[in-house]
Amino acid sequence: MYTRINLSSIFVLDLDKAIDFYVNTLGLELTSDMDLGFMRWVTVGVPGQPGRDVLLELPGPPGMDEKSGEQVRDLVTKGATGFALGLVTDNAAKTYATLKARGVEFTSELQTHFYGTDFGLRDPFGNNMRITELATSDNGLPKSAEGIKR
Amino acid sequence: MNQILSIRVVGFFTVAGGCALRNIAWVTRAVEELNRRMLRARDAIDRAYSQPLDIANLAAVASVSEAHFIRTFKATFGETPHRYLQRRRVERAMFMLRETEKSVTDICLDSGFTSLGTFSRTFHDIIGMSPTDYRSRQEVIALPTCFVMQWTRPSSFGEAKRAVRT
Repeated sequence: MYTRINLSSIFVLDLDKAIDFYVNTLGLELTSDMDLGFMRWVTVGVPGQPGRDVLLELPGPPGMDEKSGEQVRDLVTKGATGFALGLVTDNAAKTYATLKARGVEFTSELQTHFYGTDFGLRDPFGNNMRITELATSDNGLPKSAEGIKR
Repeated sequence: MNQILSIRVVGFFTVAGGCALRNIAWVTRAVEELNRRMLRARDAIDRAYSQPLDIANLAAVASVSEAHFIRTFKATFGETPHRYLQRRRVERAMFMLRETEKSVTDICLDSGFTSLGTFSRTFHDIIGMSPTDYRSRQEVIALPTCFVMQWTRPSSFGEAKRAVRT
């Protein structure tokens, strides 16, 4: 049936600002930036990991009426659009220090949990994301793959 | 000790406030700019819940006057900053009661309450039972922290019994 997830989307309020944040600050790679006429198709991905892109999407016309677009912008800036993106790093402390030096807005500091070490941050628009260094079990698999204990 | 904590808090807020001003220029619509500022203050509550937060500091994070801050925060998120902070503190206390062996007194202080009386009363008002009773009923919830923070937060004063797993 399905083989993988290749694309998901994050609502952003300004494409140039979004590219600046996701590429220059967060360190992702610009995987496409095309003017399709009716829209500008912009995607980012993890450098060296092709085939898994995140679309940076502007809410509003023509895909969405003006009022709905405003409602989405309202929710994004309130931080009410839920979890936007989870990234895995091989060194959470180092990534945290790099992003801190770049002035990123953190929602939570570096913390260690059963599933690994992670921290949370927001993009300039209000989207919530988390960066995790996964703890591994004796079998070499991420501990989070063991499922939720009941 | 309190003085040292206060200085640290003020330092943090000054830095956060500076970032806020720099990032605001691109937000063209006033309501979105205000939302974003309020979210910045709400994030500060989530991060610094264990420290003595006051309205002056939080208003500075949001880059608005104190008079506007409480009203605008409530209009944005549906509750006052004080109530949001109390729910955050109780959520952290619930977490520590479930997943640590710390004493109730230590949990009270670690979650940002300064008196055991206020802690017990607030906890009971929101959850409908004492911290000790809550602890005796819980299982471990193993999920990434941000989801624990969002989904185990007591819903409100009064309606909160719905949020308690029994």
